[in-house]
Amino acid sequence: MDKKHSFDEMNGFEGDALRQPYDAFSSWFTAQNPSRLRKKQREADALFRLTGITFNVYGSAAASERLIPFDIVPRIISGREWTRLSRGIEQRVRAINAFLHDIYHRQEIIRAGRLPERMIANNAAFLPQMIGVRPAGGVYTHIVGIDLVRTGPDEFYVLEDNARTPSGVSYMLENRETMLQMFPELFSQTRVLPVSNYPKMLSRSLAACAPAATNGTPTVAVLTPGIYNSAYYEHSFLADKMGVELVEGHDLRVIDGRVAMRTTQGYKPIDVLYRRVDDDYLDPLNFNPDSQLGVPGILDVYKSGGITIANAPGTGIADDKAIYSYMPEIVEFYTGEKPILQNVPTWRCSDPDSLAYVLDNLAQLVVKEVHGSGGYGMLIGPTATKKDIEIFRSKLKKRPENYIAQPTLSLSTVPVFTRAGLAPRHVDLRPFVLVSPDRIDITPGGLTRVALKKGSLVVNSSQGGGTKDTWIVED
Amino acid sequence: MLGKTAGGLFWMFRYLERAEHTANLIEAGLRIALTRSIADDGDWVSILQTAACLDGYKEIHTDSPTRDQAIDWMLRGAENPSSLLSIIHTARDNGKMVRIAITRDVWEAVNECWMVIKSALARKVQEHDLPQVLNLIRQRCAYVRGALHGTMLRNDIYNFSRIGTFTERADNTARLLDVKYYILLPSATAVGSSLDNIQWQNILRSVSAEGGFQMTYGQNPRPREIAQFLILDKRMPRSLAFCGDKILSNLAHLETSYDMRLPCHDMADALIEQTNTKTIDDIFDAGLHEFIQNFLQNIANVGQQIEIDFRFYQ
Repeated sequence: MDKKHSFDEMNGFEGDALRQPYDAFSSWFTAQNPSRLRKKQREADALFRLTGITFNVYGSAAASERLIPFDIVPRIISGREWTRLSRGIEQRVRAINAFLHDIYHRQEIIRAGRLPERMIANNAAFLPQMIGVRPAGGVYTHIVGIDLVRTGPDEFYVLEDNARTPSGVSYMLENRETMLQMFPELFSQTRVLPVSNYPKMLSRSLAACAPAATNGTPTVAVLTPGIYNSAYYEHSFLADKMGVELVEGHDLRVIDGRVAMRTTQGYKPIDVLYRRVDDDYLDPLNFNPDSQLGVPGILDVYKSGGITIANAPGTGIADDKAIYSYMPEIVEFYTGEKPILQNVPTWRCSDPDSLAYVLDNLAQLVVKEVHGSGGYGMLIGPTATKKDIEIFRSKLKKRPENYIAQPTLSLSTVPVFTRAGLAPRHVDLRPFVLVSPDRIDITPGGLTRVALKKGSLVVNSSQGGGTKDTWIVED
Repeated sequence: MLGKTAGGLFWMFRYLERAEHTANLIEAGLRIALTRSIADDGDWVSILQTAACLDGYKEIHTDSPTRDQAIDWMLRGAENPSSLLSIIHTARDNGKMVRIAITRDVWEAVNECWMVIKSALARKVQEHDLPQVLNLIRQRCAYVRGALHGTMLRNDIYNFSRIGTFTERADNTARLLDVKYYILLPSATAVGSSLDNIQWQNILRSVSAEGGFQMTYGQNPRPREIAQFLILDKRMPRSLAFCGDKILSNLAHLETSYDMRLPCHDMADALIEQTNTKTIDDIFDAGLHEFIQNFLQNIANVGQQIEIDFRFYQ
């Protein structure tokens, strides 16, 4: 991991000139007084706290709330780069939906020998309850977040697909709002494509998948695990912006074949439920019987066309890290095209040869748990201690099928504003995709997560990462 | 509107009202201690009792509280669910739960209230800082109320919020009277001693009503007039009659907008009957203490019926 070789999205590789998308920003920044910017940065933090844009940290004693640090330097992507990215994203999301339909119906991809059957059969993310179920409008993943990383001017890789309940979109919207308030002059110099349409499009996209039982205008609601959930702010933000109710499991009950919410005037049926509760907790009668967060019997209502659940139960099979390694085959199988976006090369440790290679090269690789998320349970070889590596070595030997490994990519950097001026930090990008029966919408922008520690590759907010506003600029 | 949301609004505003009341009680207690030549820590037992903090205190402590212990317990006692800190925390949690029902102004006011008070109460408050901290609490609660008045639609959301405020306020005033009723009995003193005078002032101060009382009844508080003022005077925003009227009119708004007459409406009518048809003499004749006890029970029943009728929990 030689920092000299990282691609910086503002300054290119070492010795390159300033990259064009950053021209206007760079001359604006040079003219700024650093102490004024520091003041603005503090203002932004205070605004986030006041608004309550915080996340709850699990595992800490007093369920503390933290801010996700916001960096005022925007991450800028040219219109040309974005066009290519969004074509690739759309292709991938189409393939994911086709894959989900296939895997819960005829399983042609397995019959064709392109995906081993054991990848499905022994996979906890595959829900047998969904076999033969056709979701309203044929949409499985109404909301998708595709995590991208970059290693050079034209090298983008998909690091991860988030097909269950991707979070972070409220930061995309609030970060832009904050930048507009703090630096309006920047937006008059540069044409930045707006993101503010997202809630309206989400609302339309959800309503477009209303179930057969809907009577009149579809009633949409957001299902949250409650105020102590780490992403609660986002749940209430989205419900608020869409003008729909924010419900918890105990607000809901199955009545006459519908899922209904308890209002001050009695129970009212819900047509589309945007759930931010994992599959396992969705329905204690059909999944985890101990769940307090779900609705007993909701899956049966769903199967009979009484409600649309977004995303559909069982979509996790498409973003499973072991399935990830087959994504190039999946894209090709369902679209008949070569994938536009590359996968990161991935060793499946369930394969003995791969395992042997991974064990020999642990210090150079990133090892991830197949079902892990949030940056937990992973090993970053180049920065890990000898002890950590040995711990992972024994974990790998014990349950190889539980892990995948990837080369340590030299992630691109974008400058952040520090006391000492601009300093490069590694970033990733999560664009948000909305799927309707007849169209796919990708909001121009996304969530840029940035590792605030020098040299660090971990961008997760739960581990000290921050966020940036992401600009797609007109060329 | 979700039943849960109605419940969240009701409790958010109950807790904010309770916080303000607790701050008032502490301040009145401080004043009575200052105006006395010999400090009597026994007063703090009755203040703890009025703030519903005494039982919790006794569970953990065997000795009677000193002034310092009582104040710290009421402000920030870690094991006291009725401490100011914990009340504000709960109010804000409820605010989080009903975030989409309230305006940005109301949410930011309650969120900032919590941030500011959490930091002011992070450590034991020094004696010389107490007046300032108590003011801060009252001021922050007033901001939330101001944001509610200035920015919220007058719909069911607003009415549930107000019902919470007045239910709690009626309960707080009644509880104060319940603890102090013996001071107001005609038999206690024919002519007020200086000690009685201090006690009477203390009652008025506990409901921020010294000025209002003086404006209405003159300089020399007399127990019968204080009772009249706190129970029956509809000009007094913390009197039982005033709060009852407000609850009734907020419930009436819900009755009209939902086109539903529910058991809580009848119970609120009955509650109002208690104050509307009686004079203070009637109340003294029938027994002040019984009246207060009865009122406390009735206001609690109305609150419970509202929870049921509007499906707060099921």
